Amino acid sequence: MTSHVEHASTWTGRLRDRFFGALPPDKLLPEEQPAYVASWIYVFGVATIAALAFVIGSGLVLTLEGPLWYHSSSVGHYVNSVHLWSVELFFLFMVVHLWGKFWMAAWRGRRAATWITGAICFLASVGTAFTGYVMQTNFDAQWISTQAKDGLNSVGIGAWFNVLDLGQMLLFHVALLPLVLGGITVWHVLLVRKHGVVPPIDAREEETTS
Amino acid sequence: MSTDLASRPWTGANREYDLAKELVVALLVVGALVIGLAFAFGSPDEPSITLQTWAKAAPADFVSTAAAELAGTSGTATYGPPYNSAADGQTIGPLNLQKLGGVRIPVDTAQAFVVGPLHRQVGTAEVTAALSAWDAASADQQASWAGAYSDAIAAEPDGDYTKVATGDYGPAPALSAGLLAAAQAGGLDGALGAQGQFFSTDYTYPLLFLADGAYLEDQARAQHLGGDQWGMMNETGNYPGQSWLWLYTFWYQIEPFSSSDNADAWVWGLMMVLTLGFVLVPFIPGVRSIPRWIPVHRLIWRDYYRNHPRKT
Repeated sequence: MTSHVEHASTWTGRLRDRFFGALPPDKLLPEEQPAYVASWIYVFGVATIAALAFVIGSGLVLTLEGPLWYHSSSVGHYVNSVHLWSVELFFLFMVVHLWGKFWMAAWRGRRAATWITGAICFLASVGTAFTGYVMQTNFDAQWISTQAKDGLNSVGIGAWFNVLDLGQMLLFHVALLPLVLGGITVWHVLLVRKHGVVPPIDAREEETTS
Repeated sequence: MSTDLASRPWTGANREYDLAKELVVALLVVGALVIGLAFAFGSPDEPSITLQTWAKAAPADFVSTAAAELAGTSGTATYGPPYNSAADGQTIGPLNLQKLGGVRIPVDTAQAFVVGPLHRQVGTAEVTAALSAWDAASADQQASWAGAYSDAIAAEPDGDYTKVATGDYGPAPALSAGLLAAAQAGGLDGALGAQGQFFSTDYTYPLLFLADGAYLEDQARAQHLGGDQWGMMNETGNYPGQSWLWLYTFWYQIEPFSSSDNADAWVWGLMMVLTLGFVLVPFIPGVRSIPRWIPVHRLIWRDYYRNHPRKT
């Protein structure tokens, strides 16, 4: 049988080899972690993902019923509340996760891309949440959008990204930005799995053998 | 070397770590938190202000705003890009990004907010005559009429448009009163938003018109949402709002930004630089060394450091 690792000649084969070469199954879904991975700070990464799952789930329900549903339905209002609080927790967990990674200097050992994708996740999340606030179709949306337009207009962004255009904000919020955020989140998690969890600062060579 | 060690696969001691179990537990705990918080605290949903609400609650503010839109002196009419070329917009030193963005959302306030919507209404004979007079006049004449009327309203205590001194205002009073009547009857909300189209998802015109008046801001300030009250990062009621925007909102509270005519541009410029710095932390000398200087990592990895004490 021909080994695909050595002899892949198709684009598909090369793509497969590249992906599974970087992320073999036991690296993608390991059953062990280095012994130093023993702190509550490590929980906040997965907690962020869990909160994101509830953000997406409640957002999908709101999407199914339409943007005005939650004003007139008690069920809709509750789903909107779930959406709000999952977003609040999502940011809380993500900020703790980010600070934790900063104090761990988690970009060491060729992990700069992991930090950068994480930072971009945070920025994309801020943008996604912002579009959610301006498409609430209530007083908050009126006030926030008319205030925010000045900042965006002052640097030319408002000419292309019009926060007063409900349709544009709606599509940014439920389609474009979630796609971007979802894609970067997956990339970020794959980078974490590829490079592993960064070892303690000043860990020494002789200490790496058990 | 520690840098090389961080680059290589870990060959030291390992421990069992069940990622799938961790995720499931996280989903259960976070789910319980979310469901509980949503049940306990709900979410804010203050109804939007309609143009009808505004026209009924603050007719003087509504009429003075309509007159300013006709005169070309309102906030939107004098805004600059992306709405018009009446001003250059804000600058960061010699850099004018607002102008570079261009006039991509053109707004003629007199036509878009007053004359156009009135043309699409079945108006009174007085309004119809006023529209004819307005349309037949030159731009200079229109500005002269509306400017004089707008100034006369501003000169009255509380902007009482019903008591303005006699003057050469042309059709401006009838147009403003006609718009007020249409709004109070509930006919302006649809007319201003749809702009003659069947479908509309763009609320640029009604929101700009609403924001040109004082009523919206008065309501927002009553809810502690003013620009100097940490503005848009908050929301109505006692909810956390967009607390992650604290740093952006913070700059507006302090000098020199709080009194600058170019505050938005400067704050955005500053935040862009800080954001770039945040993304590029791993490459910024000094900043990337802070975790070594302030050893919070000794707390995070306290078990590891206890089991691997430094050799002196």
